[in-house]
Amino acid sequence: MRILVLTKPVPDPAAGAERLGPDFRLDRSASPAVVNGNDEYALEAALQLVEAHGGEVAILTMAPPTATDTMRKALAMGAMRGILVTDPALAGADVPTTIRILAAAAAQEEFDLLLAGLDTSDGQGGAVAAGVAARLGMPLLSTAGAIKPDPASGRVRVHRLSARGYDVIEAPMPAVISCTQALGAPRYPSLKGIMAARSREIVQKSAADLGVDVPANGDWATKVVEAERPPARTAGRVVRTPAGEAAREIADFLAARRII
Amino acid sequence: MPPVFLAVAETVDGRLTKLSAEIATLARVLADESGGAALGLVVDGAPDAAAAELATYVPRVLAVTDGGVANDTWAPHAAAAANALIGEGVTHILAGATADGRDLAGTLVGLLGWGLLANATGVTWDGAGPRVTASVLGGKAITASTLAQGTGIVTVQLNAVTAEAAPAPGIVEARAAVAPVTPAAVVLDRVSEAGAEASLEEARVVIVGGRGVGGPEGFALVDELAAALGGVVGATRASVDAGWIAYARQIGQTGKVVKPALYLGLGVSGAMQHRVGMQAAETIVAVNRDADAPIGEIADLFVVGDLFEVGPALLTELRSRRGA
Repeated sequence: MRILVLTKPVPDPAAGAERLGPDFRLDRSASPAVVNGNDEYALEAALQLVEAHGGEVAILTMAPPTATDTMRKALAMGAMRGILVTDPALAGADVPTTIRILAAAAAQEEFDLLLAGLDTSDGQGGAVAAGVAARLGMPLLSTAGAIKPDPASGRVRVHRLSARGYDVIEAPMPAVISCTQALGAPRYPSLKGIMAARSREIVQKSAADLGVDVPANGDWATKVVEAERPPARTAGRVVRTPAGEAAREIADFLAARRII
Repeated sequence: MPPVFLAVAETVDGRLTKLSAEIATLARVLADESGGAALGLVVDGAPDAAAAELATYVPRVLAVTDGGVANDTWAPHAAAAANALIGEGVTHILAGATADGRDLAGTLVGLLGWGLLANATGVTWDGAGPRVTASVLGGKAITASTLAQGTGIVTVQLNAVTAEAAPAPGIVEARAAVAPVTPAAVVLDRVSEAGAEASLEEARVVIVGGRGVGGPEGFALVDELAAALGGVVGATRASVDAGWIAYARQIGQTGKVVKPALYLGLGVSGAMQHRVGMQAAETIVAVNRDADAPIGEIADLFVVGDLFEVGPALLTELRSRRGA
């Protein structure tokens, strides 16, 4: 099996230091970058599928040139090679352009499955996988909690998480799958993996290399016109009384706020 | 040309979802403010009941009977129907920020190249186009965004607007199905899992068990408190990863975002990953043995104590007050 995984560098949510710059774009200097959480679940699922069925995992990223740092982490986990689409003209790219770029880059690769995180922790639009599938004319199997390809029949089955449980859905390969945490925790890179990643290739491509026209001067389809910090929550009352008394305090507090 | 807003509705068991009623209301309000028109769209195997409900909110509803929806994933069918309406003047497509709504929006962005404003928590008409507010960077910033062109797609969060019936009900027009332009996946089975039914996002009270509940049996206490408070059980990533409770219950960055009147956390440390999914709660109460747990920084009431002592005591207290 050949699997292509979309991986995006995002500000580390655990650092809690994400912020927007004066141009309302993500200030990448404010926070250390990590591979987007849902993309790591996608990568882990891809690595396990290749371990079971044979084949190769490659990663595809659209980001500034510094993304090679986070891509090395994905290579250290076990991906064999990387494709980095990087172009100054893509700074602050909107969703339709991101989709066109990633679809064009994917079209230059051969794969049975294209895996992506359900959404990214910085943007959270959750539309890229569906858009890439539409442009490639491939079926989308979204919100995956389990992925079961059958190379013999050339079809793939996915447990698509629903409000009530999951739907079992199936489509022919090649197909696009958006991935969730339910696929299972990502592995930590081994020392051997980290060493091996150093020599693995990351090919860089520009928008022109992909034959994609990018709007001039960042003339995107959407524009952020204002940004503000949400009102901060502050600590309230602390209760250190014995359980029975604490329970009464909670009940009084809820009653005062008309919750009970 | 005046704008035409298309509200794409979703159904559950043939009924209109709450979010769909909200989106239809939004389409009507935007049409009123902009001097444009509002349309509703239902794509379903049997759309009539939901279409009639949708007509409560918008003046005109298109009911597409599409038998393919019973056997296929919904988004390719709905995207085809919405796409066909662009030829009839639709300029803005409003969909839910749900799994299906996002699949629909992404498919349409891929096909049309239209701009996408995702996860709207508020939408107004700014004179030239919709102005959409959304929470980004895991709650670190609230942005207002606009579309550069006169067309676009907006996905809308639950409770962004309040559903309000129109002064007079609208008309429903039956339409034939449109063949998908993107390949659908076949639905082989729809599996229900115990405990996944209650909607976390719509719950007024959410009781959350974190790592401190210690195991699946610890969730029995969480369940009891949820029943006593009329709430729904939620979980942290730690308790989901440990296998104590289903992923569908998870609140946080890679789970659900909740905005209840009361969030009660039991043994929840309050990691950033979790906080982004619950910090918009009106009231936060937390019980944790660790006085330094970060949830103490945002809790309105923070009880430093053993949840296995405070929890049962709270159950007793709630029951005695109800009895009184």
